[in-house]
Amino acid sequence: MQRYSGFGLVKHALSHHENWQRQWRNPTPKKQYDVIIIGGGGHGLATAYYLAKEHGVKNVAVLEKGWLGGGNTARNTTIVRSNYLWDEAAALYEHSMKLWEGLSQDLNYNVMFSQRGVLNLGHTLQDMRDIQRRVNANRLNGIDGEVLDAKGVQELVPIMDCSKNARYPVLGASWQPRAGVARHDAVAWGFARAADAHGVDILQQTEVTGFKIRDGQIYGVHTNRGDIEAKTVGCVAAGNSGVLAKMAGIKLPLESHPLQALVSEPLKPVLDTVVMSNHVHGYISQSDKGDLVIGAGIDGYNGYGQRGSYPTVEHTLQAIVEMFPIFSRVRMNRQWGGIVDTCPDACPILSKTQVKGLYFNCGWGTGGFKATPGSAHVFAASLAKGEMHPIAAPFSIDRFHTGALVDEHGAAGVAH
Amino acid sequence: MFYIHCPYCGEHREEEEFHPKGQAHIARPEDPDACSDEAWGDYLFFRDNPRGIHHELWVHAVGCRKFFNVTRNTVTYEILETYKMGEQPTVTAEHPEGRPSRDAADQGTLHEGVRA
Repeated sequence: MQRYSGFGLVKHALSHHENWQRQWRNPTPKKQYDVIIIGGGGHGLATAYYLAKEHGVKNVAVLEKGWLGGGNTARNTTIVRSNYLWDEAAALYEHSMKLWEGLSQDLNYNVMFSQRGVLNLGHTLQDMRDIQRRVNANRLNGIDGEVLDAKGVQELVPIMDCSKNARYPVLGASWQPRAGVARHDAVAWGFARAADAHGVDILQQTEVTGFKIRDGQIYGVHTNRGDIEAKTVGCVAAGNSGVLAKMAGIKLPLESHPLQALVSEPLKPVLDTVVMSNHVHGYISQSDKGDLVIGAGIDGYNGYGQRGSYPTVEHTLQAIVEMFPIFSRVRMNRQWGGIVDTCPDACPILSKTQVKGLYFNCGWGTGGFKATPGSAHVFAASLAKGEMHPIAAPFSIDRFHTGALVDEHGAAGVAH
Repeated sequence: MFYIHCPYCGEHREEEEFHPKGQAHIARPEDPDACSDEAWGDYLFFRDNPRGIHHELWVHAVGCRKFFNVTRNTVTYEILETYKMGEQPTVTAEHPEGRPSRDAADQGTLHEGVRA
C-alpha cells in the first residue's frame, strides 16, 4: 500500500497527480476463503480489516452486491457519540469511540473525525430527569458527559432559539464533548484500502443468492459470480439482513424501515456542534463543506425503497425550524433514504446462529454509523475465535427469548 | 405519499390520516401462561420482514379510528388491497395476482389502493 503523507502529496504534485496507486484491487473471486463477510459497508469492511490486522486471518473476502459503502454508510448523518444508558451498550459504543479517536492514524486515511461535541436537548421536566440519569450513568462508565441548563446551551449554540417563547422551550441538554462527526464515505474507503493492503479480496457487484449448509454447518455461499466456499460467514447487511436470514432459514426480530436525511445548500460556518432533540424530533449539524445535514425519525412502515415519505420530511423540517428559526429560509439541496434494520430494544444483534459458522451483525437500526469500528472490532474477534467477544456477548439473538433485553430507546430515541 | 382506501369509511384518504402498526394477522397465544419462552419471544418480537408483498395493520388515526389491514409491496410501495379486520388477504406472496374468485371479493368488500 502506498502510504499517504504530506511529502507524498508534494511528490505526486510533480507528476500532476497522475500516478496515484488505486486504493484497492478488483480481484476475481477465489474458490475458497477462510472467512466471507457479506456486506461491503463500513461495518463489513472494518470487520475484514480487523480480521486481517489483529487476528492474522488474511484469506478473507468481502462480498458486496452493489458498490462499496453505497448503503447506509453513504446515507447516514455521520454523527458519532457514545452516551448510551446501559452498561452493555455503553461498553460497545465507547469501545467504538476510542477506536474512532485513533482511526485516521491507524488507517493512514483521513476520516475527518471531528470531536465537535453533541448536544441532546431536553424540552420537558421528564426529558431533564432522563438526561441527568443518562449523564450520571455515562460518567460511572467513564464516558464524558455534562448536564447543561438553557443558558449553557445558548452559550454553545448562539443561533438556537432558547427563549421561553418557543413552543417547546429548551430547558437544558446533555453534552458529550468527545462526540462529533466523521466523513462517512472516507470511513468505508479507508477501511477498504487498509483491508485490501492486508490481502483481503473486496468483491463488488457480487450478490449472495443462497447459502450452502450441510448438517447444520455452513460451508459456502452461492453468488451471481459462482459458488464461494468458507466455513465462517459473517452477515453484515443492515436493512437486507432479514432477506439473508430467510435464505438460511433463520428468523430475526428485525423490521426494515426507510430513514431519511437531507442536506441544504452550503452556508458560511454557522453551527459548530451537533444538536439533537428527542422531543421535537430532529437533529442537525453542519458539514465542513457548509451544508446543513439534517435527519429525524424513520418512516413508520416497512420498506426497502431507499426513499422516504413527504410527511416525514415535513415533520423533520418543522422540528429544525422550531429549534433554529434562522434556518427557515434555507433551501434544501438533496434528500434520500437508507434502509435501517430496527430491533425491538433499539440495540444491535451480534450473534451466532443455529447454523454453525454463520454469524450475524445487524439490527443497528438508526444508529450504526457511530459504532462502525467498535462493532467490527468485536465482531472480527468473535469470527476469528469462534466465541463471541465479551463486549458482543450481551447482544446475542437469544435475548429475545430469555428476556435479557438492553433497552436503549432513550439514548436512541431520535434517529441518528 | 400514500393514498389509502379505508375499508370502513369507504374512501381514499391521505397517508397522514393513518398510522402503520406493524405486521398483520399476529394471533395472541391462547394461553400465555402455558407458552414456552421460545413461543412467547416469537410472538412478541419476531416479525416477517419481506422484500415484496407484506400484510400490515394500519389505523385510521384521525378518521374513523378503526384498525384494518393493508397488503403492500415493500419495494415498490404499491398498495395492493385493503381489507377489514377478520378478513383474509386475496393478494399474497404465493398469489401476487390475487386468488381467483372468493366470496369476500365478490361482495365488494375489497378495494384496490392507489399511490398518488
